[in-house]
Amino acid sequence: MFPAQLTYHRAGSVAEAVQLLSDNEGAKLLAGGHSLLPLMKLRLAAPAVLVDIGRIEALKGISASDGGITIGALTTHAEIASSDLVQQNAPVLAEAAALVGDPAVRNRGTIGGSVSHADPASDQPTVLTALGATFNVTGPGGDRSIAAADFATGLLENALNDNEVLTSISVPSVPSGAGSAYVKFSHPASRYAVVGAAAILSVSGGACSSASVAVGGVETKPARASSVEAALAGSDLGDAALDAAAAAVGGDLSGDPMGDVFASAEYRRAMAAVYVRRALGAAASRAG
Amino acid sequence: MTVPVEITINGKACAGEVEERQLLVHFIRENAGLTGTKVGCDTSQCGTCTVQLDGVSAKSCTVLTVQASGSSVTTIEGISDGVDLHPLQEAFWNNHGLQCGFCTPGMIMAASELLRNNPSPTREEIRHGLEGNICRCTGYQNIVSAVEDAAGKMGGR
Ligand SMILES: Cc1cc2nc3c(=O)[nH]c(=O)nc-3n(C[C@H](O)[C@H](O)[C@H](O)COP(=O)(O)OP(=O)(O)OC[C@H]3O[C@@H](n4cnc5c(N)ncnc54)[C@H](O)[C@@H]3O)c2cc1C
Ligand code: FES
Ligand code: FES
Repeated sequence: MFPAQLTYHRAGSVAEAVQLLSDNEGAKLLAGGHSLLPLMKLRLAAPAVLVDIGRIEALKGISASDGGITIGALTTHAEIASSDLVQQNAPVLAEAAALVGDPAVRNRGTIGGSVSHADPASDQPTVLTALGATFNVTGPGGDRSIAAADFATGLLENALNDNEVLTSISVPSVPSGAGSAYVKFSHPASRYAVVGAAAILSVSGGACSSASVAVGGVETKPARASSVEAALAGSDLGDAALDAAAAAVGGDLSGDPMGDVFASAEYRRAMAAVYVRRALGAAASRAG
Repeated sequence: MTVPVEITINGKACAGEVEERQLLVHFIRENAGLTGTKVGCDTSQCGTCTVQLDGVSAKSCTVLTVQASGSSVTTIEGISDGVDLHPLQEAFWNNHGLQCGFCTPGMIMAASELLRNNPSPTREEIRHGLEGNICRCTGYQNIVSAVEDAAGKMGGR
């Protein structure tokens, strides 16, 4: 299998990538290629022009920034999984990165490609939603920022204009002493998330002082689980409190349930509560 | 349309004129003539096309040749000196880590990265490290044993 005929450009800078996108209608960015190329081989996508951003150094790497870390869009899952900065500031991101696909996929796949592709079965969009991350974007008119929760707009759709490039992701540090966790129900063949749940919990004086929870895989984009968060507020994070909070996730999933041959919509909804419960349990045990 | 590319494969510069849509695995097999690297699923799942691309394992069916132009690739043909087998090759042989052998080049390329990152893995860690490689024949037990054996023989190398 091979993609349809295409013209390939390698962009040397973000400005050049934006120019190439503006000059070529229907052009697509190519980062690690591990979501786009499989689609192109199946002819589910056939962009006439590819703009390869894979060698733009300015888009790579992880740095400390005000109140958190900034992760270049081209940073690979493998780099995130093994980064000390990520481990110190947002360990849940490293935990999720290590669960993506397999080692070769983690070597090529990038965080920017993962969120831009907006596949509901991917892991990092769910974690970044729970973390309250901000996505930094450059286009012909300059720079702008988009909140993680607003970035995916539907199945394989994002909030970018056709000639914008996601350049980096700003991730606030989790509060000190917070416990966090990401757990997923991996599809047995592809390892993609049938359901994924992320939780970040803080305790103070034996009671939950802040909770941030998100669930992915169930609907066309990750959902912030505000009903679960509300149920956790002030609770003792004991088993009964976590059971009750996880059961509330149904209230956060009214929209657009998805089902397929592997997992029906009803099954995914049931699993959402189960995996949220597991994420809460793991995060609570790490808090304090 | 074709475009010029140049990729260093197993230390040797390989230049060619290729279609922009060509996949790296086809450049390796058809342009460079190195047929150790296989095409199995062709859908990024099975890992038999695994090579080292700029030092890390990559599924060469999911990389465009033009993307890899200017990079260095190591294939299964490049891991030994051509006379003595690499300890992983020797261990796969000694432990009956293959039957038809179709998955073996990819298994060995993935295992060599695993041992580079973790010179003495547990059996569980070996299984995780080879998660992206599928074998239809062996049932994996002997593959895991082969990698364990090679790790011991390589002594952290
Ligand atoms: C076998 C296999 C298993 C996988 N398993 C998992 C899994 O378990 N969990 C998971 O989350 N993912 C999984 N993935 C997907 C993997 O994480 C991808 O690497 C990732 O989703 C896309 O990153 P990429 O760099 O390869 O993007 P590409 O394929 O290069 O691009 C994907 C899309 O994003 C756009 N894009 C890329 N970069 C940018 C940018 N900077 N700005 C704007 N748009 C951009 C592209 O135009 C394209 O539309 C798997 C992939 C494979 C092949
Ligand atoms: S042929 Fe490349 S992963 Fe199967
Ligand atoms: S030995 Fe036949 S596929 Fe592995």
